[in-house]
Amino acid sequence: MSSTAKSLFEKVWERHIVEDESADKPAVLYIDLHLVHEVTSPQAFSELDARGLKVRRPDRTFATLDHSIPTLAPDANGERPYFTPQAKIQVETLEQNTKNHGVKLFGWDSDNRGVVHVIGPDMGLTQPGFTVVCGDSHTSTHGAFGCIAFGIGTSEVGHVLATQCLTQRKPKTMRITVNGTLQKGVTGKDVALAIIQRLGFGGGTGYALEYAGSVIESLDMEGRMTVCNLSIEAGARCGMIAPDQTTVEWLRGRAYAPKGEAFEAAAADWLTLKSDEGAVFDKEITIDGSAIEPMATWGTTPDQGGAIRAGVPLPSNENDVKALKYMGLTGGDSRDVAKVDVVFIGSCTNGRLADLRAAAEVMRGRHVAEGVRMLVVPGSEKVRLEAVAEGLDKVFEEAGAEWRLPGCSMCIAMNGDFVAPGQLAVSTSNRNFEGRQGPGSRTVLASPATAAASAIAGHVADPRQYIA
Amino acid sequence: MSSNQEPINTFSSRLVVLPEANIDTDQIIPARFLTTTTKAGLGKVAFNDWRYNNDGSLKADCILNIIDPEEHRILVGGNNFGCGSSREHAPWALTDYGFKAVISTEIADIFRSNSLKNGLLPIVVPQDIHDKLTKNPQQRVTIDLEACELRFEDGTVFVFQIDAFSRQCLLEGVDAMGWILNRVSSIEAYEQRTGKAAA
Ligand code: SF4
Repeated sequence: MSSTAKSLFEKVWERHIVEDESADKPAVLYIDLHLVHEVTSPQAFSELDARGLKVRRPDRTFATLDHSIPTLAPDANGERPYFTPQAKIQVETLEQNTKNHGVKLFGWDSDNRGVVHVIGPDMGLTQPGFTVVCGDSHTSTHGAFGCIAFGIGTSEVGHVLATQCLTQRKPKTMRITVNGTLQKGVTGKDVALAIIQRLGFGGGTGYALEYAGSVIESLDMEGRMTVCNLSIEAGARCGMIAPDQTTVEWLRGRAYAPKGEAFEAAAADWLTLKSDEGAVFDKEITIDGSAIEPMATWGTTPDQGGAIRAGVPLPSNENDVKALKYMGLTGGDSRDVAKVDVVFIGSCTNGRLADLRAAAEVMRGRHVAEGVRMLVVPGSEKVRLEAVAEGLDKVFEEAGAEWRLPGCSMCIAMNGDFVAPGQLAVSTSNRNFEGRQGPGSRTVLASPATAAASAIAGHVADPRQYIA
Repeated sequence: MSSNQEPINTFSSRLVVLPEANIDTDQIIPARFLTTTTKAGLGKVAFNDWRYNNDGSLKADCILNIIDPEEHRILVGGNNFGCGSSREHAPWALTDYGFKAVISTEIADIFRSNSLKNGLLPIVVPQDIHDKLTKNPQQRVTIDLEACELRFEDGTVFVFQIDAFSRQCLLEGVDAMGWILNRVSSIEAYEQRTGKAAA
């Protein structure tokens, strides 16, 4: 083994060093793609304006509306039902800021508007080997394409707008190898929840993750995005997967992807982005993917989860006791004891077409249980249109679910879509923190198929009973 | 160099102890307060759902409603403090409330980075030091950033780790935006070298 063997992370990192780090100075890292949304950008644009600065690379900066916008249609006068006047002001602020700075906004009038981490890949803005940042912690999603992609704060949004660069310390690296073959009915979401359970909620803090192994390779791009999306739920700012033929074919023909010969040349380069044999990681763990079952959380952090079949575990520490109390669950019970009030399908974790298809497959010809409110929110306008073309909206509506316009919606519950105090929600999103889906809300994280199965059963249910 | 933050050096304070593990940024400031377009005044909604009842009245038993923020500049949190969302509104809310430092056995990456840019000093300590802090919130401890020391009244001194550059920025109140703007010749050279210059 040569000592020059490099990991995927190191290869991409080295391509972006503007100034290398030293003991008393961080690296200056170049950013290829900067995604912007209404919630974490206003103060950054204000900072630029106060200093009389321009956006350095409007051609590498793309904005959209997703976090605080309504998912209900406008009224007869075309008025959108914003939850608060302040939410409307925030949207108008982004419209004005992007206009002033010549930044492309995929706004209300765009067929490409949607959750940032859905639209970037969808349009081929996200390309292998890129550095991608956004003022949102689930920017790790783009790592599915072999990108170093991570969430940043608003000060850093300002830095990238003004200089296209960030100061960064190189993180440690960890490789997570998931071997074996997935069982039927087990998805990327279940793999991710199993990984987080193994690592622990803060287990990835300080690391850049690389996911590898036969299970990861077998996932489609949507499944890979779900896995990388959830890296931050183990504390890791970024998680990545080496590009392969699946990645190349997925990107071919996308609006912003290179065309013709340029695409073939780019693809040849992308395929070199993988960890060399003998690459050294600060930590390595291996997981038996064949043993993973449909998963659901039962606590208030994403690592407090397990196989649905195993039921709610007995608490093993103080955190567990506190979490079970908040969730209104009892250790040792099976998962069908607690009644589900709300089911949410959507978000940057599981709001893509493949996710909606998986949920629809379970829902088709069935109906949500008495007393369950189900919301289906496509991740982007493009996803919505494609789903409608396939008739998925009808499947959901006939099953008794609400079919909404794209946005973050109940994932972050700042647009008026929220879970009422004390209600139990099964959600395909990414955080089950206390109050995340509204004050007093209780969240169970699961895959789209599991969420759909739970809507039908009225309690957290293993989807395999509904899949042919 | 111009600065948008006060330099920090040495200060002494009593402690606010929030012992729960995994205090995420949704707890520090719930998402429904993120529609603001400024940074100002978020201290009143810091830990909103811990501090207020649904009708907006103060919860009498919440420590954050009892103490005098002027006297309590140091927040000691449970393990994995600041996890979750990348919202910089979290350090904005904490500093506006009055905090100058956060101490835990583990502090989440993005929160740590955001804190350093807002004059909120994140300090990671081992379990025994954490225990010594949480046992007695009324004690006064001194944080000396120049020396990287956390000093107890009984003479115990803990030397904490902090990235040298971040420390310098905090000590001098260095303007991070100004610093990176000064890299412009390197940035241009990089763009030329890699074919990434604007067309
Ligand atoms: S869907 Fe949720 S996690 Fe994803 S970007 Fe929106 S708020 Fe953040």
